[in-house]
Amino acid sequence: MALEINKIDPILEKYGSQKSALIQILMDIQAVFKYLPREVLDYVSEKLNVPMSTIYNVATFYKAFSLEPKGEHVCSVCMGTACHVRGAPVILDSISRRLDLPPDKTSADRKWTLETVNCLGSCALGPLVVVDGVYHGKATSAKIGKVIDKLTKDEG
Amino acid sequence: MERLTSFEALGRLRDEINASRDPNKPSITVCAGTGCKGCGADAVVAAFKQELETKGLNDKVDFRETGCHGFCERGTLVVIRPKKIFYQMVMPADIPEIVEKTVLGDEIIDRLLYVDPQTGKKIEHEHDVPFYKNQKRIIFGNNGVMDPTKIDDYIALGGYEGLAKALSAMQPEQIIDEVKKSKLRGRGGGGFPAGRKWESCRKAPGTPRYVICNADEGDPGAYMDRSLLEGNPHSVIEGMIIGAYAIGSSQGYIYVRNEYPLAVANARIALDQARAYGLLGDNIFGTDFSFDIQINRGGGAFVCGESTALMASLEGLPGEPRAKFIHTVEQGLNNKPTNLNNVETWANVPLIVRDGADEYLKIGTEGSPGTKIFSLVGKIANTGLVEVPMGITLREIVYDVGGGIPNGKRFKAVQTGGPSGGCIPEEYLDLPVDFDKLSEVGSMMGSGGMIVMDEDTCMVDIAKYFTAFLADESCGKCTPCREGVAQMRDVLQKICDGQGGPGDIEFIEELAETISAASLCALGQTAANPVLTTIRFFRDEYKTHIEEKRCPAGVCKALITYRIVEDKCTACGACKRVCPSAAIEGEKKVVHKILVDKCIKCGACIESCKFDAIVKE
Repeated sequence: MALEINKIDPILEKYGSQKSALIQILMDIQAVFKYLPREVLDYVSEKLNVPMSTIYNVATFYKAFSLEPKGEHVCSVCMGTACHVRGAPVILDSISRRLDLPPDKTSADRKWTLETVNCLGSCALGPLVVVDGVYHGKATSAKIGKVIDKLTKDEG
Repeated sequence: MERLTSFEALGRLRDEINASRDPNKPSITVCAGTGCKGCGADAVVAAFKQELETKGLNDKVDFRETGCHGFCERGTLVVIRPKKIFYQMVMPADIPEIVEKTVLGDEIIDRLLYVDPQTGKKIEHEHDVPFYKNQKRIIFGNNGVMDPTKIDDYIALGGYEGLAKALSAMQPEQIIDEVKKSKLRGRGGGGFPAGRKWESCRKAPGTPRYVICNADEGDPGAYMDRSLLEGNPHSVIEGMIIGAYAIGSSQGYIYVRNEYPLAVANARIALDQARAYGLLGDNIFGTDFSFDIQINRGGGAFVCGESTALMASLEGLPGEPRAKFIHTVEQGLNNKPTNLNNVETWANVPLIVRDGADEYLKIGTEGSPGTKIFSLVGKIANTGLVEVPMGITLREIVYDVGGGIPNGKRFKAVQTGGPSGGCIPEEYLDLPVDFDKLSEVGSMMGSGGMIVMDEDTCMVDIAKYFTAFLADESCGKCTPCREGVAQMRDVLQKICDGQGGPGDIEFIEELAETISAASLCALGQTAANPVLTTIRFFRDEYKTHIEEKRCPAGVCKALITYRIVEDKCTACGACKRVCPSAAIEGEKKVVHKILVDKCIKCGACIESCKFDAIVKE
């Protein structure tokens, strides 16, 4: 952990260790670790002189933060209105079945995270599924199934 | 970059930029907005750059990556000037041919042209495509011709002239008067007159005063603010500086969704460039007016679009709204006078100041002048961003600009205003769109989401969708919203599951009344709109769900069964192969059959069937 804490100081300095920058600081930390590790939050609490309860209040309020590590692969299904009317719920169901994972959860082996997002603003491509940062527009259950199977198989 | 220390310096810079540019020089513009990026614009850009490099054309041809052009359905979009040839659905493999034939030669590549589905004619120019022809793009139009990361592109088009005019020839009160006269109304959804807001903020005691740009576009299905901030950030920044001068503010904030990385990046670049030219920072244009802007990324909470919640979030707290007995223009951020407007509102300001309110009033309706950008999405042929004059009818937007409903389906409703708005049925298609008219039918303008629905969309399901969204996004501070919206969602879920009973509709209506009257902020106060409008206009559909346990649109899983139509089935086996629950039986040359008790209604079979042989009933 000692090594990772090194990455925190530059972030705190960037915002002049201002309490009002707490959200921005947590975002940068989330960008580094992909989640908010407990030890790091302890450190931030001490450095900013902000109680842990306040940090948890903020960290659990905003969707951008995760207190649990994400899986190796992340599959995000857009549930915006445009995608919804074009059949996103059916696709989410099918991915959830294939990964054997309820929405917004990470598998026990930390291989996959299945998440829902409210709108990625690419409504023309709807229904839209993003797998490991790659956009799959006009998605169908079959198309996404192949993408997931390939990623799972490659690791065999 | 040299600081501009006088108003004349801006004019000189503009003339220099324009003189250095040859209007007849071939140029290529590629739309690199998020929509086109999703279609592979990055690969198209890379292919163009490589082609120009290998052919040694870097000096002979201008190349520009622009923000969103709006016609996202047809990405990646490419325009070749000076002839303004418009190519759509361009792929990397097309690039060498485009450069060879259209950029260097005079030839037009037929297969890349847009075909008008009405006439079957191929269209060469962007402005002749019906999608664009029927718009009025005063705010959004420059997106297609400028590189958002180059301030010179904005200045060449007359950018920052509104600011120069404001600072050189107008007193703050005069600017406020001009904005009041223009009747500019808040484009974030509320439609509050911007000039009046500015005036109250200027008059409020206390310093410093703040101005905020609300770019926390949380409405699912709407992305016009993102595209404006991505594609023309300087227009928003210029508006904010003018507003700050009029209000007497020295510090501004842009609060932008973290889910919009490109908007954050482009706004940052734009702020740096504006600072380098001395358009932000100390002594703007050499005057004694100083102002700067900081970017804050939102944490992904829909409620943060509400002004008091947004300000709490800017202070580093959870985004919980507070009661507005004291308005934010008096006590907002850090309890100081704060003026908050949305992205599109700010982008209107430079135009009003530069060209005058009289000019602005020529567009739109009497109560709602100007234009509005809508995100036209859902079951519509031309998905994309459209800017239309206020007062245009829904029919013109859906059919003339949007090209109607695809796949021969029937129009059912259009939803405006996002989770705070309502569903407007066919009988109101000729309704002129402005702030007041949309409220009259129980919906609202909102920030500009416009979701088109066809006969396959279930209105009870849509009401449930928005209600579930709001229950999830309710911050939990006040009871009517936290408990009431969740209750409403549960009853709707029950109806969709076939468990609805007599009195459910009336119960929802009663609940809605309390939620609307007693909630703390607009999220709760408007939360019932999607439900109430669907009950008002589609009550029969609710009744069919409750009384007949049927979903006419074939959406609500518990109320439908899948069946194979014997005459259409070719016994190809495609559905049987994809069925995850082995619910389809049939051999080669034997018509297939779905075993109802095994079927999990996942839709995989319908997706796989090439003969439309599977129906939901």
